[in-house]
Amino acid sequence: MFELANPRRFMEASAVWLPWLAGFAAVFLAAGLYLGLFVAPPERYQHDTVRIMFLHVPSVWSAMMCYGLMALMSFIGLVLRHPLADTAARAAAPLGALLTALGLITGSLWGRPTWGTYWVWDARLTSFLVLLFLYLGYIALWNAIEDEVRAARVAAILALVGAVNLPIIEFSVDWWNTLHQGESIVRAGGPAMASVFLWPLAFMALGFTLLFFTLWIVRIRTEILERRARALMLETA
Amino acid sequence: MSALLLRDLRLAFRAGGSAMLALAFFAAVVTLVPLGVGPDLKLLARIGGGILWIASVLASLLALDRLFQADYDDGSLDLIALGPVSLEATVVAKMLAHWLTTGMPLTLLSPMLAVLFGMPEPAVPVLTASLAIGTPAVSAIGAIGAALTVSIRRGGLILPLIVMPLLVPAVVFGAGAVDSALTGMANGGLWLLSAFSLGAVLLSPFAAAAALRLNLAG
Repeated sequence: MFELANPRRFMEASAVWLPWLAGFAAVFLAAGLYLGLFVAPPERYQHDTVRIMFLHVPSVWSAMMCYGLMALMSFIGLVLRHPLADTAARAAAPLGALLTALGLITGSLWGRPTWGTYWVWDARLTSFLVLLFLYLGYIALWNAIEDEVRAARVAAILALVGAVNLPIIEFSVDWWNTLHQGESIVRAGGPAMASVFLWPLAFMALGFTLLFFTLWIVRIRTEILERRARALMLETA
Repeated sequence: MSALLLRDLRLAFRAGGSAMLALAFFAAVVTLVPLGVGPDLKLLARIGGGILWIASVLASLLALDRLFQADYDDGSLDLIALGPVSLEATVVAKMLAHWLTTGMPLTLLSPMLAVLFGMPEPAVPVLTASLAIGTPAVSAIGAIGAALTVSIRRGGLILPLIVMPLLVPAVVFGAGAVDSALTGMANGGLWLLSAFSLGAVLLSPFAAAAALRLNLAG
């Protein structure tokens, strides 16, 4: 991990990986979309509305994974002083905010025909909305402090304090009576979903994850290139 | 540490201080809400716990700006950090001063304000207990936010954005406890609030002190 701390080596390594990540992301997303939209049958009660699940669930999972990675990068940057960790955390935040917003919107659209309401203030939806605000606050804090090094450390503390929200989102459906359904996949007794729905979901989840990593690495590379450009401009000025 | 506490309290009660401001804000909210939603006492009794909780959070947020900002701007925070009292203890003293000037007066006033909202007798002690337990958590988590934003010149705008998501459990459990007293359905609100409050008060001095050290070092 610390071999990649050198920006040049990170650029070299990521240049090799990036096409593969992007390619596999495209393949899995295409497969998932094909299976989800055309092969999977209409569900018994929801009919075709169930297909929103193939967008909603992966984006929610990715949004939570992104915050987890952001918190991990914040910890590595704060405690282990890894030079690229802060950049990685900063780069992940807008992606996470977008994924959270996507999850909220797709979930809301799914809720209208199935629950009869666009929104409900139950534990899971509320804590997921809180996740969006945590992302926005984190981004705002980075932008508000001028000194880059200090901004990184301060934002890292905020990310770590907010990480306490992740288990709350995850377990909220167990701990409280929520309108949002409980665990259907990761539960004792195996998944409660038919495999004809499980396969497209798995492909979409994998596709979203790979897409996230692709975009994340592109953002980190861009940040490194921007820093180089700024350094060059200062030299020639 | 008690010297710091007394200093902060004296500053808060001075003309530009925050003690009366928080109370005035509380009074304003409590007067405006019934005017806004209508005088139906049944409705007001139903939402009274939540409104009082929201008002106490907002009033605390108002006073948070000044928690570290004034001392940071004129350099006293640097001197305090170099002194014999650890930064963690300093944060605790400031948190306590903040709570004594915002959370505690609100808690003491709440039975009277519950009457203004027409809340039934059994709910009033629950409301007061929830505020007594929960407002220290608001001060504690607010202190973290204030410490994180102390070096930002217009930090007052970003502070609520950062602090508000972290305060959600306090509001949910606190208002939920009042709700359970009104409807008779137990929901563990006070227990969960106590757990959250205990964790927040015990852990936040460390996070806030770390943030202060980062901001002072720059």
